[in-house]
Amino acid sequence: MEPAAQLVDATKSYGAVHALKGVSLDIETGEVVAMLGPNGAGKTTSISIMLGLRKPTTGTARLFGLNPTDRRARSRTGVMLQESGVPQVLKVSETIDLFRSYYPRSLPTARVIELAGLEEKAQSQNRDLSGGQRQRLYFALAICGDPDLIFLDEPTVGLDVESRRAFIQSIKGFIETGKTIVLTTHYLEEADELAKRVVVIDHGKIIADASPQEIKSKVVGKKVSFTSTRPVTQAELDGLPITASEVKHQRYVLVTGEPEAVLRELFRRGVDINDLEVTGAGLEEAFLALTGGPEK
Amino acid sequence: MTANYAYMLWMQFRAELVKFWRVPANAFFSLALPLIIFIFFGLRDPTSPYAPGATVSTGAYIMASMAAYTVGNVMVFSFGIGVAMERGQKQDVLLRASPLPPAIYLLAKVLNALVFSLFAMVALFVFAHFTASVNLEVTAWISLAGRLLLGSLAFIMLGFFLGYLAGPNSAPAVVNLIYLPVAFGSGIFIPTQFLPDFIRGLSPYLPLSPFAQLGWSVLGIKTAESVPYNFALLGAYAIVFFALAVWAYRRDTSLKFT
Repeated sequence: MEPAAQLVDATKSYGAVHALKGVSLDIETGEVVAMLGPNGAGKTTSISIMLGLRKPTTGTARLFGLNPTDRRARSRTGVMLQESGVPQVLKVSETIDLFRSYYPRSLPTARVIELAGLEEKAQSQNRDLSGGQRQRLYFALAICGDPDLIFLDEPTVGLDVESRRAFIQSIKGFIETGKTIVLTTHYLEEADELAKRVVVIDHGKIIADASPQEIKSKVVGKKVSFTSTRPVTQAELDGLPITASEVKHQRYVLVTGEPEAVLRELFRRGVDINDLEVTGAGLEEAFLALTGGPEK
Repeated sequence: MTANYAYMLWMQFRAELVKFWRVPANAFFSLALPLIIFIFFGLRDPTSPYAPGATVSTGAYIMASMAAYTVGNVMVFSFGIGVAMERGQKQDVLLRASPLPPAIYLLAKVLNALVFSLFAMVALFVFAHFTASVNLEVTAWISLAGRLLLGSLAFIMLGFFLGYLAGPNSAPAVVNLIYLPVAFGSGIFIPTQFLPDFIRGLSPYLPLSPFAQLGWSVLGIKTAESVPYNFALLGAYAIVFFALAVWAYRRDTSLKFT
């Protein structure tokens, strides 16, 4: 069976900026895939190209085996974008009805409102919605056509903790219907909670494509950072149980699962260590761990 | 499989109607303002001849003028400002990603503007009939409205051009700056013989001039040009503005969607 969405060696340049540097990705039917990466990594660009909103500079994109701008492919696809708008003076239910008419088979309006959790706002005009409610409306518009595939670009960005929780529950409810979902996020926990497959993207390239468990296992560990009065040589780091290292703002940063062993060995080797910090590894260190080092 | 285009158009058209009605400024500028201007220019001795020796009354002349003004106004404003604002709110991005064909979106806007223009004209006709004793044959009322709706294509295209050219904040200023002087220069409010010479020289070439003449000639006024000539000139304008609208549309979409 053909992939629901596909990128083959896709690159994208905006003038001198290379947003994507050769991305190949198959999204299989029924998969829930999270694209994880920092801002500017190329997540939105990847989605825009898969959707046909943007054209790749080189390479190809396919949606259900068709050109992504093909109306037959679009009719099976729902989308929630970061930067988009809806008519301000239409009511929520009117907007959903309008978007339902774009699709050959759509879910009943009441069902869409329920799935998106907009029962109390169904008769409000769109301009009167809060940020969280607007995100829910965009989600409703993404699912109202009962699409086989939905793209959610940063669905929880800008939401407070409580609305984020509730909104993730809505997305989970939709996932249970067995649809193919591609979402972008820069929260590892969100990717872990929703997706079965995490594609980590950074500097326009896929640097990892694995289950959330595998990604997390690489991230587990501590960040050991320190300054030194004399440069630390590569030989002094050789053989240490570290997953990544870099020098940033005159600080040496090591990612490791065994910080005590690393420090013991560094002291034994006579490395001069000042201003020592040992902290839990975050997403930034995850990228460091996944790439093995800073961008060359 | 794709959705039924006729149903899509119907829903889109309904949404356009609702969007237009719920903005009070639209009702004011399209319905109330023409009536207010009519009061100023049309109700000063409305049954007297509009010009020395003419058989057509001031009320009828100004009514036909205002009908042309109103229809052009609805077209230029609803497309010019409407499209620019929707672009400013990035509504076009979401529609672009949806299965809705752009042609259906544009057609729904055209239908809405035609319906609203007709509505605005009927309001003006009724008002002029009761306040200025304007009496026309049934066929003349229909002919007046029909000619103006047909000729409005040029203003629809002008509106699309401005809507894809101007930013959401500058659109109202741009549209007013173009439309109001063109209306004056075309003799909409005051007959052209009362305008400065250099504007009178320009007048026949302004798009509202052939448009207004289509209305005046229904009343029996001997206009500068014939009806076929005026339709042809409007058609030429429609083609030029269409080309400009396509250029502006492509420029806008190539910035956002390539």
